[in-house]
Amino acid sequence: MPHRQSLSALNRMLATGGISSTEITTHFLDRIEKNQQLNAFVSVDREQTLARAQQADHSRRNERNLNLKGLPVALKDIFCTQDLLTSCGSRILSNFVSPYDATVVERLDKDGFFVLGKTNMDEFAMGSSNESSYFGPVLNPWNTARVPGGSSGGSAAAVSARLAPAAIGTDTGGSIRQPAAFCGLTGLKPSYGRISRYGMVAYASSLDQAGPITQSAEDAALLLQTMAGFDSRDSTSLDTAVPDYLSALNTGLENVRLGIPKEFLDPSIDPEVLSTIETALQEFEKLGAKLVDIELPNSGAGIAAYYVIAPAEASSNLSKFDGVRYGHRASEFSDLLDMYEKSRAEGFGDEVKRRILIGSYALSAGYYDAYYLKAQKVRRIIANDFSQAFKQCDLIAGPTTPSTAFPLGKNLDDPVSMYLNDVFTVPVNLAGLPAISLPAGFDQSGLPIGLQLIGPYLKEANILSAAHAYQKVTDWHQRIPGDYE
Amino acid sequence: MTRWESVIGLEVHVQLQTQSKIFSGASTHYGAEPNTQACAVDIALPGILPVMNRTAVQMAATFGLATGATINHRSVFARKNYFYPDLPKGYQISQYEIPIVSGGQINIGEGDTLRKIRITRAHLEEDAGKSQHDGLGKMSGIDLNRAGTPLLEVVSEPDMRSPAEAIAYLRKIHSLVRYLKICDGNMQEGSFRCDANISIRVEGDSELGIRTELKNLNSFRFIERALNHEIQRQIDLIEDGGQVVQETRLYDSDRDQTRPMRGKEEAHDYRYFPDPDLPPLVIEDAEVEYLRASLPELPDARCDRFIDTYQLRKSDAQQLTADRGIADYFEETVREAGGNSKIATNWVTGDLMAALNRDSLPIEQSRVSPISLGKLICRINDQSISGKIAKDIFSDLWDNGGDVDQIIEARGLKQMSDSVELEQIVEKILSKFSEQADQVRQGQEKVLGFLVGQVMKETGGKANPKAVNEILSRKLSP
Amino acid sequence: MSISKSDVERVARLARIGIEPHEAERYSIDLSNILTLVEQMNKIDTEGIQPMAHPQDITLRLRDDEVKEVNKRDKFQAIAPAVNQGLYLVPKVID
Repeated sequence: MPHRQSLSALNRMLATGGISSTEITTHFLDRIEKNQQLNAFVSVDREQTLARAQQADHSRRNERNLNLKGLPVALKDIFCTQDLLTSCGSRILSNFVSPYDATVVERLDKDGFFVLGKTNMDEFAMGSSNESSYFGPVLNPWNTARVPGGSSGGSAAAVSARLAPAAIGTDTGGSIRQPAAFCGLTGLKPSYGRISRYGMVAYASSLDQAGPITQSAEDAALLLQTMAGFDSRDSTSLDTAVPDYLSALNTGLENVRLGIPKEFLDPSIDPEVLSTIETALQEFEKLGAKLVDIELPNSGAGIAAYYVIAPAEASSNLSKFDGVRYGHRASEFSDLLDMYEKSRAEGFGDEVKRRILIGSYALSAGYYDAYYLKAQKVRRIIANDFSQAFKQCDLIAGPTTPSTAFPLGKNLDDPVSMYLNDVFTVPVNLAGLPAISLPAGFDQSGLPIGLQLIGPYLKEANILSAAHAYQKVTDWHQRIPGDYE
Repeated sequence: MTRWESVIGLEVHVQLQTQSKIFSGASTHYGAEPNTQACAVDIALPGILPVMNRTAVQMAATFGLATGATINHRSVFARKNYFYPDLPKGYQISQYEIPIVSGGQINIGEGDTLRKIRITRAHLEEDAGKSQHDGLGKMSGIDLNRAGTPLLEVVSEPDMRSPAEAIAYLRKIHSLVRYLKICDGNMQEGSFRCDANISIRVEGDSELGIRTELKNLNSFRFIERALNHEIQRQIDLIEDGGQVVQETRLYDSDRDQTRPMRGKEEAHDYRYFPDPDLPPLVIEDAEVEYLRASLPELPDARCDRFIDTYQLRKSDAQQLTADRGIADYFEETVREAGGNSKIATNWVTGDLMAALNRDSLPIEQSRVSPISLGKLICRINDQSISGKIAKDIFSDLWDNGGDVDQIIEARGLKQMSDSVELEQIVEKILSKFSEQADQVRQGQEKVLGFLVGQVMKETGGKANPKAVNEILSRKLSP
Repeated sequence: MSISKSDVERVARLARIGIEPHEAERYSIDLSNILTLVEQMNKIDTEGIQPMAHPQDITLRLRDDEVKEVNKRDKFQAIAPAVNQGLYLVPKVID
């Protein structure tokens, strides 16, 4: 059954003619239809997607283009696509069809990946539970009373329930890694600037980065290879060569110094998470890694700085949604000001409004220095901490989240508790570094636990090879939630 | 009676004449159908990102070098946040804390009235779109073709003390940006616009009064009128025991009055912060040196050189060098005219300027080329034609084009210097007007002019007046 | 530091988000709680630290001044709420 195969395995099967794109795609489309209760997808176009699969099969037969993969992937609804709605989980874009494709979409297309469907997400990627979506919450396939994490919750749930072989998400403060951890998946946030942001609806421009949510590090390498690289349309895109991630996968862990920040093994976190991570670290040691105690003394302030910087940038980024050129416009209004205020009040949900308000406040006259500027300075101190740490180690390891997936609704009325979920992921975005979350075990109630590996800038290959080495000797990443096997 | 002094600072918006916009590849060409030159970046579609235009950076730095300013090695683009329908992103990308150009100076007046006007800064930013209000009922229409056109905002210190000084400063900047070929200077099309900050104080005071900002100043004539009007309004206000309120006012040229802007009454809080989509702009020293070496001769230097090289009066030199196009035209004309700068000056400042003004043409679209005008001057010089005939030929060239020599030939305008033919005509005139000829012989020299005139008339103006004079004097000498 | 209802109303106006009076109350509590979280960063001494606006140490890349875009007005305006004669329509703008 195709859904029990990883993306890489399906790719190999396609290359040997063991299966067709059409068979694979039909199978996943059927599974999406049967599992709508998860609310993982917001738009799917069966005919159009099947046509792409048939076209891929045709090309493989007639042009013998074996580089053309012909594999469907799920795409977070934050990437602009001409063929499907791009709603960003928001009412204000609920009718929006982009007149252009994101660079990520173009690059996927060039390698023969096509969009299986657009996945549900927290509105404008603001959230850690996928409960802020205009299209309703996504359920965690491991336990449907739990959240899948966010903001790429739909992408994670889709791969976890094997409704898609792999998915693309975005990560601003943990939005790939945290849902990957909650759903038992491998989620990679590449270095800032590694993948073009062109066509990705901006939340916090200096933090946003696209990346894959997959079943394994090998799958992540496959998709990163396709998506990474310079794009002249993004002034923050890096003009440096992309290494061969796939061939670097088997570098192994021999003599790799794994830094363990004592701040990440804080006794206040869930003891089951703590013990699982400690067990996993022993596994890394067995594979040849050397564990080194390090310090990230200021990482605890990451959340504080993040919840100034991200909302500040968001408050400006979301000003373009004014009901003038596209998107929702209120049906009745008395004048221009009223049109703006009504359109935006109707178009944005609660969490988005909160962040726009707090961001505007932090930038407003009299508060800029105390909040925005202070946060930018703290950001530099946190980035410097990482630089110091990487003098003593090659990679940093710890838990991805302080707990496993929490119940739906638990943090809905308490934004601050919700924000604290991102305590281990946010510092990585502030510093622009690459990091991965990989499955490292389960708690007693059967919920997945994620381990985070953080690397120096542009060292995705090292992260992926470390994760791959671990996944060769463990099978946590191969577990499928019971109802979806 | 109190003597009031006005204090004026100007913010000049110079549209840089790039081909494409500051952050997108859309055309900046003026006058296209609405929104046909507004691309995905310009209309702020979700997911779009800005990419900076190199030429706009070079033009801004060139302006800085020409005004003796510092070109900052590192400058930063920031977002200025406010909602307005002509501002698609809800923020304008501008430079705030660190502009590309700091400092600089423009000299106005000369001698005893020489004044140095300090430039605070010049920064790069994007222009907004335009609103149209006519024919759309209760709605306004937004055209975003102009959105994203590169602007250089040149901010002066409050160093001007009268509307006349403000105008002199503006004209200097206007001339300079055209010299540098960074702006077409077209005020009607909005390529060169100005806001003014105005306050008044009792002459001799060192503290500044409360200022108002005047917007919507789009011609030299209006600017002077608007400034005068606003200064008088403030004086009247204070003399009546009132106070100036810090506010933005619009000049209404139809009514010749200023009024407070209605749409923007709420307090501004632009929430500037560094644009995360744009890393810092860094200009290397080598680039600055390259731009410095590429600077053209500037208006003041050119004026001095014209005085030296062509022996011009200062006023003529100033008039000829105020516009780079006219100065270039003049120099080419002099070259073609074999160095006859005096006649060239008269023609360029006289007939040529008059014709350009009459037809509202810029010098670049002059219907007579400097080559033709130079040739025309050569023909005056070698006495082939008289100055009067030359004016006639100039009009012909202006209206119909053609070659100077061919026109002279075809219309038989070549001056008669041939003495045999001229002598015959003179004899004819002398016999026809024997009475006047006698008067000359009797010493009434004034009558000689009449006879010269008759000869000229007989020859249709082609006779060389000097030769006619000589022949007549000889024949009538007692 | 806490954010008052009137702060919320001021910021909501700046951000052009219409809010009802009862919402202002709720937002003032939520935002005050968020500020309390945010103010944890005050424990960190940032004396002499340069603010960090970008996670990379790169400079602005410049593009050549070339027109590369073609007219796509019809495509863009197909998704617009209100257009007339190629113009985007909004309630009357008053200067």
